Amino acid sequence: MARIGVFVCHCGENISATVDCGKVADTIGKLKHVAYSTEYKYMCSDPGQTLIKDAIREHKLTGVVVSACSPRMHEPTFRKACAEGGLNPFLCEMANLREHCSWVHEKNELTTEKAIDIIRTQVEKVKLNSALQPIRVPVTKTSMVIGGGIAGIQAALDIANCGHKVVMVERSPSIGGHMSQLSETFPTLDCSQCILTPRMVEVAQHPNITLYTYAEVESVEGFIGNFKVKIRKKAKSLDEKACTGCGLCTTKCPQKKIPNEFEQGMGMRPAIYVPFPQAVPNRPVIDKEHCTYYIKGKCKVCEIVCPTKAIRFDQPDEILDLEIGAIVVSTGFDIKHADFFPEYGYGKYKDVIDGLQFERLASASGPTAGAILRPSDGQVPKNIVFIACAGSRDPAKGIAYCSKICCMYTAKHAMLYKHKVHEGNAHVFYMDIRSGGKNYDEFVRRAIEEDYVNYIRGRVSTVYERDGKLIVKGVDTLLGAQPVEIVADMVVLATAGVANPGAEELAQKLHVSYDSHKFFAEAHPKLKPVETNTAGIFLAGACQNPKDIPDSVSQASGAAVKVAALFSQNGLTREPLVAFVNRTAPPMYSTCVGCFLCQSVCPYQAIEREDFKTRDGKIIKTVAKINEGLCQGCGTCVALCRSKSIDLYGYSNNQVYAEVVALLNEF
Amino acid sequence: MSDFEPKVVAFVCNWCTYAGADLTGTSRIKYASNVKIIRFPCTGRIDFMLLLKAFANGADGIIVSGCHPNDCHYTSGNFHAKRRWIMFKELMDFMGIDMNRITFSWVSAAEGAKWADVVNATVTRIRELGPYVSYKEMVDKSVEEEVKNG
Ligand SMILES: Cc1cc2nc3c(=O)[nH]c(=O)nc-3n(C[C@H](O)[C@H](O)[C@H](O)COP(=O)(O)OP(=O)(O)OC[C@H]3O[C@@H](n4cnc5c(N)ncnc54)[C@H](O)[C@@H]3O)c2cc1C
Ligand code: SF4
Ligand code: SF4
Ligand code: FES
Repeated sequence: MARIGVFVCHCGENISATVDCGKVADTIGKLKHVAYSTEYKYMCSDPGQTLIKDAIREHKLTGVVVSACSPRMHEPTFRKACAEGGLNPFLCEMANLREHCSWVHEKNELTTEKAIDIIRTQVEKVKLNSALQPIRVPVTKTSMVIGGGIAGIQAALDIANCGHKVVMVERSPSIGGHMSQLSETFPTLDCSQCILTPRMVEVAQHPNITLYTYAEVESVEGFIGNFKVKIRKKAKSLDEKACTGCGLCTTKCPQKKIPNEFEQGMGMRPAIYVPFPQAVPNRPVIDKEHCTYYIKGKCKVCEIVCPTKAIRFDQPDEILDLEIGAIVVSTGFDIKHADFFPEYGYGKYKDVIDGLQFERLASASGPTAGAILRPSDGQVPKNIVFIACAGSRDPAKGIAYCSKICCMYTAKHAMLYKHKVHEGNAHVFYMDIRSGGKNYDEFVRRAIEEDYVNYIRGRVSTVYERDGKLIVKGVDTLLGAQPVEIVADMVVLATAGVANPGAEELAQKLHVSYDSHKFFAEAHPKLKPVETNTAGIFLAGACQNPKDIPDSVSQASGAAVKVAALFSQNGLTREPLVAFVNRTAPPMYSTCVGCFLCQSVCPYQAIEREDFKTRDGKIIKTVAKINEGLCQGCGTCVALCRSKSIDLYGYSNNQVYAEVVALLNEF
Repeated sequence: MSDFEPKVVAFVCNWCTYAGADLTGTSRIKYASNVKIIRFPCTGRIDFMLLLKAFANGADGIIVSGCHPNDCHYTSGNFHAKRRWIMFKELMDFMGIDMNRITFSWVSAAEGAKWADVVNATVTRIRELGPYVSYKEMVDKSVEEEVKNG
């Protein structure tokens, strides 16, 4: 007979504040198969776990129900404790009293009753649990890093330096990400390119890193340690081996009127181009959308001038099949663009620009060689206004979050401006200054106190043009909401950081969660900020939420360690919660009728055929068989099988039915 | 019928709705305590016969919920569930089960507030519909009465 132990946790007061834990433990203790029931303040603590281990031995428990927080939080903790107490870890279940009961209901009888029902359900379930052994699966020790910004670069170098192979997939023609566009970086004002480009080169030259630029992830199948990835290498129209990177083609291309993405549209580039001088790899690609040959069928100037005959107009996209053990997603972020800010005249007035455009103006390698000149007429702006929180922290616009980096880069921009235009005036409209971080607040104070940047606390309502000047209207809330009007030559918007286009599609290919803003979701907001909900896939950088370079780099190293830890083992143990097809005595062998409908629904191709033969080799019957190494335990086959021949460990037909019965009936 | 407390069972997938309901908790959003959750790995695992069994065992309402289309942790479980549900719904309708007693909704791991809304809306609706009297019982009673009175 089953001897179940139930352990009711108070979780400090998180559970006991609304649930009468004493009454719960008493009531449950009276159930037929419950051999032991108790309560304790913190079950997950060392004494709490010891209590469980001791009870398993003392009361000869055959199953354990820990009634505490969500199994998504502590199931591994308590399964391990049970194993240490001598009980098979898969004979332990959790009743979720905290997230699903005490935190979401008021303190009353009904809440306590619900807690009892939740536990009864798990008691009925655990009675039907099977003792299982973890499954061993191999690990492919090659990782894939998606996105080659600073986060991806750091992760790739760290993993490669641990001696493991890395495949880096970057969708633009060069790695570097947004950091390659920045002029100087807060809080030290060191040159962005100078600290970034050596690392880009290191990636390209590292023997353990294979770099695919102009490439995107086409599909991802499989699971931790064993992903099967397809990558689309978009045609560059170039034989990369033959090209020497001389750049003759890019200077001779007659099509020169394409807005330069790297310069944020503040310059033009040809149809065959290298995105920026320090690009890695330093080889051109043909932008098929704008190339005259691809549009009109004639031109081929680049092919004619190329001294090594490296141009390939008929090059097809290439699909690569890769075996990957772990994935780091580092696809970064983007900033909100024009149509979002009609009230600020962005997109309408040439001299209203965004933060990245200002970076390009301030950059020595930018379109003005580092001089702050306004786009409309190339004059030096004498009065410049920076508007922080353009779009961020504005629930009415659908972005309630703080973009985190803008306060800092706005202070940086104002400083850079003052360093270059000594007689100019810089004004900053802000909501609050958020400058948490090492040496960050000091940096902002320097802008205010040493560079005399005029900080005005208040929002800007509108920007419009009058007599060739930009009129910025706002309020100063520190002066009792007094209206302020500034006549400016140029306005810079610190627009909200948003998810990169394509993030949602990528998340769906990877089967990782994402939030309503399309930022990738971490597995736990505090304790698993680097992991995703999908084992073997990790996050680094601004693809999770806008963050600065130090945070992106730290997280990237964190992700790299997770990958290295995974690769330090020769195999993985996996939860054995997999499907199985029943077996019976001959001549039946199984109730499976061999329709193999299950085969067509399994997303992991885990269902195989097994033949039963006579002694002379004649096939009597062919039935389904689950490959445990491949099955991920989704249970789709179980619900589909019409002869009820497949079942799932951990969620068997009997178990879920027992749960239904226990939930709805009192006994 | 004011003191009628409906019994609502929720069949949810582990990766989206269960996690979403966890987030409801972490965000301390309150909702009706009439609902009790049964966890499945994926909506693809849910055998809809269980819905009938739940009604037979005294459920007044049922919620089935999992990942949004394209977000299923196992790629396609929710598509299979949806397809099977379309067939099964007809059958249940034919059997005389009021479809207003069943909520089918997608709730992602980030939609803690939505989970509370789904629960509250369902409980309110079931409260209005009153306790579920099974098809079988209805027939038995009327036949019984006719026999007695006849
Ligand atoms: C105006 C401005 C000024 C800033 N100034 C500073 C500063 O002074 N100091 C500081 O610390 N931080 C600053 N930042 C923040 C800094 O830019 C970010 O912290 C940093 O770029 C984040 O790096 P990342 O690698 O996560 O993302 P990104 O730099 O965005 O790189 C992502 C990379 O992934 C690639 N990618 C995207 N999607 C895909 C896909 N589906 N497949 C393959 N590849 C893909 C992109 O092409 C890109 O190369 C500033 C930001 C802005 C907007
Ligand atoms: S297990 Fe079920 S679905 Fe699969 S082949 Fe056998 S009878 Fe068909
Ligand atoms: S449970 Fe069934 S359908 Fe799901 S992965 Fe395993 S074998 Fe395939
Ligand atoms: S995992 Fe949520 S529906 Fe499949």
